[in-house]
Amino acid sequence: MELKSSARVTLYIGLIVLAAVWLFPVLWIVISSFKTNNDLYSFPPRFIPSPITFEHFGDAFEKGNFGRYFLNSMVVTISSTILLLLINSMAGFALAKYRFKGDTILLVGFISTLMIPLEVIMIPIFKVLSFLGMFNSLWALIIPPAATPTGVFMLRQYLLTVPNELLEAARMDGASEWRIYSRIILPICKPILSVLSIFSFMWRWDDFLWPLIGISDPKLYTVQLALSNFIGEYNVDWGSLLAMSVITMIPVLVVFLIFQRQFVSGMVTSGMK
Amino acid sequence: MSTQASAVKRVKKRRPDQSMGWTPYLFVLPNLLIFSVFIVIPTIIGFVYSFHQYDGLNPMEFVGFDNYKEIFKDSEFWGALGKTARYAVIAVPSIYCVSLAVAMMLIQPLRAKGLFRSIFYWPTMISYIIVGLTWKWIFGDFGIMNYVLSLFGSEPIQFMSNPFFANLSVIIATVWSRLGFYMVIFMAGLQAIPIDYYEAARLDGASKIRVFRSITLPLLKPTTVLVVMLALIDAFKAYPLLFALTGGGPGKETTFIVQYIYETGFAKQELGMASAMSVVLFVLICLFTALQNKLSKGGED
Repeated sequence: MELKSSARVTLYIGLIVLAAVWLFPVLWIVISSFKTNNDLYSFPPRFIPSPITFEHFGDAFEKGNFGRYFLNSMVVTISSTILLLLINSMAGFALAKYRFKGDTILLVGFISTLMIPLEVIMIPIFKVLSFLGMFNSLWALIIPPAATPTGVFMLRQYLLTVPNELLEAARMDGASEWRIYSRIILPICKPILSVLSIFSFMWRWDDFLWPLIGISDPKLYTVQLALSNFIGEYNVDWGSLLAMSVITMIPVLVVFLIFQRQFVSGMVTSGMK
Repeated sequence: MSTQASAVKRVKKRRPDQSMGWTPYLFVLPNLLIFSVFIVIPTIIGFVYSFHQYDGLNPMEFVGFDNYKEIFKDSEFWGALGKTARYAVIAVPSIYCVSLAVAMMLIQPLRAKGLFRSIFYWPTMISYIIVGLTWKWIFGDFGIMNYVLSLFGSEPIQFMSNPFFANLSVIIATVWSRLGFYMVIFMAGLQAIPIDYYEAARLDGASKIRVFRSITLPLLKPTTVLVVMLALIDAFKAYPLLFALTGGGPGKETTFIVQYIYETGFAKQELGMASAMSVVLFVLICLFTALQNKLSKGGED
């Protein structure tokens, strides 16, 4: 489709203005985090920080204990993602490549757990976590969210396209089912597993509700929990808070930048239809 | 040699999809265990709690439908639900219009399309806590918004203590953070519309608005249903963003349903009552989903 040049110019102007509006909030947070306290609260606001200071970042780590929260979040995000990839691909494999009693019921059951939002069962979940002795341990944030209906379903759909002959050939060579899974299925699933690991990284890193339910000990706070706790304080220390937010955005930004091409275009061209 | 031969025979006899005894169950087991322990069992427990008076410490006391009866009389519950509904009624169409508009712009042949997509998509990657915090900083007393308003000669606005502006801030933050996600869905939907239709319309000399109303919108119906339902369910579960942006205030003005349930359960320690509220919320979400199925079936003809 061709556009008239006047239409094209209007389109660009519209997009640029809108993009500027969309970029601004994050930029403003980043810029503000480099301001001195004096600058931070000056009115009218100064756009360019002068002088630039890293003091809030230092404070966040020294006084705010942010390193610890960052480490907690990393441990949770990485281990939960690995666990998710492992168990979701196992379940997806079984549901795609075996016929067994109850397989349809299991698939429907898995998917229908999407119908039950965490938000409506958070109180009994708290009880279950306490009962299992998982309350106030990072396990509570690693294990339960690792089983995702979305992941199982994505992997199953993907594996349905893999020819059964491939597995039969391996079986004839005497490979065990576990070996077939680990040596054939997992490598085949690489593309879908990488998409899923981005999702999982984002879900776990950004998560608020699981940490809120599962953790009350400040030593085990994740970054999101720490941030929300700082917001709730009577005297908000905006400097540290802004610095922490900026640091918290970095891992997701890195993941986004690495995968953004596959990510946005992949979502447009596949899957979402 | 003979064992190998019999193995081959066994394999050959087996249909590709034949049962493998316990193997498939073992593969499904970890997921199944987690789903059962952390979703199915809590759902059942929650349902049981909803018929009891329970503070989490003392023994439960069966009260039948008393919790539900009390919910019907609880004006704060209905207030929170009403505010959630009002938020949904404003946020969902706003998200719909803005994302559709941006998606329509971005499916045109343009330079730097990828850059624009990334800019609009990026906020969906940021946690609700940081989204809330970002807008709290912008709308705050030292915030840039009041400076901009003062340039236009307006008095500073106490965004967080004025109910109207607090709600407005919540809507703006929501649209900002969700646009990218729905934009992507719309782009997929728009690209699925055959280009021939547009060319035929152009040959007939149809105006842009006419094309949009007669071709784009009707053919986009399945996507529309999907977006509206996802956004609606999202709206009814909203909590972390509000927590970070307004804290539910001023007063209870932006205390939506999930926060109210959380406070009833964890702050007031009324687990039975909060569970009954969860059941009500769950039924509502089910109704929406059922409605979605009905509407999307309608979208197929």
